[in-house]
Amino acid sequence: MRLTRVLTAAAVVAALAMVVAACGGGSTDTASLVDKARSDKTLTIGIKFDQPGLGLKLPDGTFAGFDVDVARYVARELGVEEAGITFKEAQSAERENLISRGEVDYVVATYSITDARKQEVNFAGPYFVAHQDLLVRTDNTDITGPDSLTANKKLCSVRGSTPAQKVKDQFASDVQLQEFGKYSDCITALLNGSVDAVTTDDVILAGYAAQSPGQLKLVGEGFSDENYGIGLRKDDAGTAAINAALNKMIADGSWARSLETNVGPSGYTIPAPPAIPAS
Amino acid sequence: MTVPVQDRMEPMDLFSNYDVLGAFWVTVQLTVYSAVGALVWGTVLAVMRVGPVPITRGFAAAYVTIFRNTPLTILVLFASLGLASTLGITLASAESTTSIAESTFRLAVLAFVVYTATFVCEAIRSGVNTVPVGQSEAARALGMGFGRVLATIVLPQAFRSIISPLASILIALTKNTTVAAVIGVGEAALLMSEMVENESDVLFLVFALFALGFVILTLPTGLLLGWVARRLEVRR
Repeated sequence: MRLTRVLTAAAVVAALAMVVAACGGGSTDTASLVDKARSDKTLTIGIKFDQPGLGLKLPDGTFAGFDVDVARYVARELGVEEAGITFKEAQSAERENLISRGEVDYVVATYSITDARKQEVNFAGPYFVAHQDLLVRTDNTDITGPDSLTANKKLCSVRGSTPAQKVKDQFASDVQLQEFGKYSDCITALLNGSVDAVTTDDVILAGYAAQSPGQLKLVGEGFSDENYGIGLRKDDAGTAAINAALNKMIADGSWARSLETNVGPSGYTIPAPPAIPAS
Repeated sequence: MTVPVQDRMEPMDLFSNYDVLGAFWVTVQLTVYSAVGALVWGTVLAVMRVGPVPITRGFAAAYVTIFRNTPLTILVLFASLGLASTLGITLASAESTTSIAESTFRLAVLAFVVYTATFVCEAIRSGVNTVPVGQSEAARALGMGFGRVLATIVLPQAFRSIISPLASILIALTKNTTVAAVIGVGEAALLMSEMVENESDVLFLVFALFALGFVILTLPTGLLLGWVARRLEVRR
């Protein structure tokens, strides 16, 4: 009697272990992104859902933004039509995990290429070079660039983000930093006057400025370079195919057109496209 | 393309590159100030709720119902965006060069007090119910007023019987302080988002570090107050 009970328990444990292994196993196949796109005609792509102008989920469930356009263009070049694309939310802290667990095939989500991230994921691109910039109210005249950040000015950015850390490191003695969980909270504080400027990558700021036409303006004196890349699995050699797609997107003008429609209304000057390595 | 060779982060590097202890110290400060405030305000609310005046009873009941059922994130965000940004109530001198840091810390404490006091109030009310009615009747028969009965007979016994639930509230408060990160108070959760941003190659180490930090804060709290509760228990 006792033996059967022990055996039953063991069987249950073994069955559970197999289920768990099977769940993990789905993601560990080593098929390259390019092969998968060609054979399955489907891709799962990680994007931001809450970044106007770049990756935004609209109330009707569709997606719009520059990152979304880049993601779709690359998918089409890899042979996947729009119906075959599943968009998945990739919040900043989760991007590496989504990629390494195989939950997404690639991530296009204002993903700056850094050395620490290169240890975990492969990057294609950069498809865009953003610069940390300042967003101020239209009537503001005394903030003209990083040099004018003096006299106890109040800046706002998202907690823990690279731009927020840069402000803490470089301008800590001259300005105060208000950190919020979301950029939209910073924009609220900027519009009602409790902070003087919002700082992060210019293209992100341009997306928000385009949402409040006439009330906010970009200062336009960038003080850092952020190379946005497309993240894919560490062992995946699909970067060459993605880079070829990105080069084609720049060459045929869709790259500039997408930026113009998504962030152009803010008055943001579309920069020259970055040089994308051939492999 | 050559990638600069970078050694993987060791746990000790995380400590030398980031002020982990400083961030947890802010967490402790948030917890202590909020706990003291919540205990005081919660006691006042409890006295109002068990008191004989209908208006204060109604106020305390409404207050508890409203704030206990409001998400803490909304309270904290309202303290910053609503009170400070929109209404201009900043709790710090505007000329100060650290006015944002001071103001957000105090606003966060305010929000935690407002929220946690509702739980303290309900715990005390249940403690009051453990004191036999005969005792307060006897006290009143001796000519004591409401305040004196409460202060000398009921509350001392009530507090001794609710140390365990208060410990649970304190532990919950300790962990709730991470919500202050949404308005930029430089405590543990804010430092964690910085580390997640920079050290994406050692994510699990970062998570483990902060989980361990909170266990180190809350486990002794629970053990110590559990021991105190056993020592002070009112045997009936």
